[in-house]
Amino acid sequence: MRLSTPLKNLDRELARFHGRLKIGAIMVGLLATALLARAFYLQIVQHDHYIQRAENNRISLVPTAPNRGLILDRKDRILAENYSAYTLEITRAEMASLEKTLVELGKLIEITPGQLRRFRRLLSESHEFETVPLKSKLSDEEVAVLAANRYRLPGVEVKARLFRNYQAGPGMAHVVGFIGRINDRDLKRLRENGREQNYRGSAHIGKTGLEQSYEALLHGRTGFDQMETDSSGRAVRMLSRIPPVPGKDLRLFLDLELQAVAEHAFGDYLGGLVALDPNTGGVLALVSKPGFDPNLFIDGIDPETWKELNESPDRPMVNRVLRGIYPPGSTIKPLMALAGLELGLRKPSDSIVDPGYYSLPNSRHQFRDWKAGGHGVVDLRRAITQSCDTYFYRLAVDMGIDRMHDYLAKFGLGEKSGIDLDGESSGLLPSREWKQRRWNKVWYPGETVIAGIGQGYHLTTPLQLVTATAMLANGGKRIEPRLVQAVRDPLSHAWQPRPPVTHAQVPINPAHLDVVRAGMMDVMRPGGTAAAAAAGAAYTIAGKTGTAQVVGIKQGAKYDAKRLARKLQDHALFIAYAPAENPTIAIAVMVENGGHGGGTAAPIARAVFDFYLTGKRPGSMNLEANDAAAD
Amino acid sequence: MPPRTSHWIVRRLSHLDGILLLLVLAVLGISLAVVASASGQSPARITGHLINIGLALSVMVVMANVPPHILSKVGPPLYAAGVVLLIGVALFGEIRNGSRRWLNLGFMAFQPSELLKLALPLMLAWYFQRNEAILRAKHYSIGGLLLLVPFLLTLRQPDLGTALMLGASGFYLLFFAGLPWKAIFGGATLGAASLPVVWGMMHDYQHRRVLTLLDPTADPLGDGYHIIQSTIAIGSGGLFGKGWMQGTQNQLDFIPERTTDFIYAVFGEEFGYAGAIILVGLYLAIVARGLIIAARAPTLFGRLMAATLSLNLFTYVFVNMGMVSGILPVVGVPLPLMSYGGTALITLLLGVGILMSVASHRQLNKT
Repeated sequence: MRLSTPLKNLDRELARFHGRLKIGAIMVGLLATALLARAFYLQIVQHDHYIQRAENNRISLVPTAPNRGLILDRKDRILAENYSAYTLEITRAEMASLEKTLVELGKLIEITPGQLRRFRRLLSESHEFETVPLKSKLSDEEVAVLAANRYRLPGVEVKARLFRNYQAGPGMAHVVGFIGRINDRDLKRLRENGREQNYRGSAHIGKTGLEQSYEALLHGRTGFDQMETDSSGRAVRMLSRIPPVPGKDLRLFLDLELQAVAEHAFGDYLGGLVALDPNTGGVLALVSKPGFDPNLFIDGIDPETWKELNESPDRPMVNRVLRGIYPPGSTIKPLMALAGLELGLRKPSDSIVDPGYYSLPNSRHQFRDWKAGGHGVVDLRRAITQSCDTYFYRLAVDMGIDRMHDYLAKFGLGEKSGIDLDGESSGLLPSREWKQRRWNKVWYPGETVIAGIGQGYHLTTPLQLVTATAMLANGGKRIEPRLVQAVRDPLSHAWQPRPPVTHAQVPINPAHLDVVRAGMMDVMRPGGTAAAAAAGAAYTIAGKTGTAQVVGIKQGAKYDAKRLARKLQDHALFIAYAPAENPTIAIAVMVENGGHGGGTAAPIARAVFDFYLTGKRPGSMNLEANDAAAD
Repeated sequence: MPPRTSHWIVRRLSHLDGILLLLVLAVLGISLAVVASASGQSPARITGHLINIGLALSVMVVMANVPPHILSKVGPPLYAAGVVLLIGVALFGEIRNGSRRWLNLGFMAFQPSELLKLALPLMLAWYFQRNEAILRAKHYSIGGLLLLVPFLLTLRQPDLGTALMLGASGFYLLFFAGLPWKAIFGGATLGAASLPVVWGMMHDYQHRRVLTLLDPTADPLGDGYHIIQSTIAIGSGGLFGKGWMQGTQNQLDFIPERTTDFIYAVFGEEFGYAGAIILVGLYLAIVARGLIIAARAPTLFGRLMAATLSLNLFTYVFVNMGMVSGILPVVGVPLPLMSYGGTALITLLLGVGILMSVASHRQLNKT
């Protein structure tokens, strides 16, 4: 018994061991089932989900920015073009210390304080993981130095980028405008328009001028490379490719040479000028002085230069042709005369005796003519020629402000001209209704009097003046001014003309129009207010001078004494078309502080006409051109 | 070759278990293919792996020829050395990645806890064999103590993963030695109750690992990244996989540690669910063979060692695959016989060698 017990025990032990082996085996089986169940869930049940995620991991779309369309003048001279250059770019998120990196970079290549300021401004506007340019247009040596040191400068990259070059310079800045880096506001707008996807590879967008208004055509369509990438984002190979479609080229009506002539004719004066082909609405020249260098803006302007431009009393960033609003002064008189004839208030032969002033009935207040003592006996034609205020005071009172408003509105006053640039001002064409709405005040008869000579509430842009002038030239056909005459498809290379936008013809009695035109032609003849400017012209000009009073100067603006004196002078205005018999060009000129229109504005128009109609350049310009060539 | 030498070789090889050898070679073959794919056919990796395999197989052959009764005598000194070294680590160990696990031996850094993975079962098996005839509660208590000492020392390094694996192997041995169910359930209840305390004692990175498991997407670029990428790899493999060397998650570098701890992700992506079934099947066959060897073993030492080593191997398989497929926390445990890495492979085949020794010394021992 004593011997058998431990033996039996050992048997029991063995049986228990085998039992536990079975339990172990069952546990192993259960856990193995769990593993396979998990594998089944991942690989069979969720397979579609995970294959998609693996594909998302693997494939990335790399956008390729399209080449931006060119902007060419009417003779295909380049106004805006692209070039490729190397840029030094910084991604803040990828570096330990931005300041240390900047110091290191400063040792390798020259970085100007201006570039640094601009960089810091861009940096403050962007997210940490965005790439911000520090210096563009690197020289070959700079590229080599940076490439050699790249390994110790994480977050620093040298990239080939497409840039925009505006070689036509400051004179064209207000027409062509400029592109700039896409900011949050641009992005928001793109998102709203559903165009965000098309800008995935683009860093720039048109900000002003044609670059802005024709952005949709100029930009082109972004291409996409479907790349296989590894976990670090490195492209391993290309899977497929949708090539980018370049933007469309623009051909303008504008003649670069004519533009230069016009700009030159301004001399030291500031102001604006716009010349149209009255038959097509094509803008032949558009000058706003002073201009600025659009190239400064492409990669973000540095704050200092921006401040300088923005706060300059000359306001170079304002396009005077588009946004400059001035009282039209006497340039409104031909339209007023036409209104008098068309509305049956005057016959060409009706004449008045001008005592040098006008008084409303039952009023002793005298509205003075610009010529003390008056013009004597004046009919409608002479009233235009001599710019007789008294004649138009009286006509205005007979017409009343409401009829005046309605008739002038047909010529586009008080309304945007519709030019293919953004940000146009609509000026102001006053009326009883307007005054009530805007100021909640009744209209006074005295206000009608001065409205008759383009003073008072009237405000017009040079664009509106030239539109109306073109209508006088073409007999009442209102065409919206436009810069672009044709668009070139980048693939077919075919130029597609842009059709003009015309409004309903304003019916005008030809006899009435002839009288007004005759008056405008007399303006340019001896005895007229701009006779001197037309002396010796090989063609006839029809024109009208004007003066816009400068009401006041902003308080606190800094001017030196000489400047101040000049700033108080009136703005000179001049509208004209030529040749008078068969007009091919209409013009509006505004010279800031130029005094009388006949003295400063008309000669500028003459220079433009001369070059456009006869090819003659101002003598002083040829000398300058030679100087420039000798440089 | 002289006939005597060849005879000697045949005798040495006769100790190998044919079935076990075949199964192990099958998994090693798969491993070679996957390591080749995961390393981008790096010749250095492939040769390195081949050398490791050769070395480990040699160790296996040697171990298969050591009779169990000799092996059992190695237990106590090995265990004693391991514990002494663990204490040494606690006092003078080198700190790496925030934990004190390594002992600098001058020529190499060494983790004594690795040594104990084998020493602890050997020690316990030796102890129970010695007291086979008079097993009582006292012996299980002493066995538990022998387990607890290295477990706690490893836990406070801190190295939760290794501590748990050590604890598991010790527990298997006690379990097969007949640890009463009362003690098992009592311990389990006690363990469950002390979970909050353990959580409080755990280090931040250990907390993070557990939390990451619960919601890997909470930190997709940090701790969660490994799990997310490995589950994507496995899931995208589908039924038959993307094909050998065709796994994009693998080839494009999305799977971390893909020749070592995460090799199952590469395998799952390229060979799919069908591959997973085959691989798990092979492991199950190895474990089954081990358990059969245990069942047939003539001595308590042999039974306990064979059963414990088998379950141990499967525990590694489960913990690794569970981690890579996202049902267990990330612990640095390689996949047995699959992962690249010499130490783990040699330790593993050493265990397989012991299994074979137990299997082949049956009759010998009986006489």
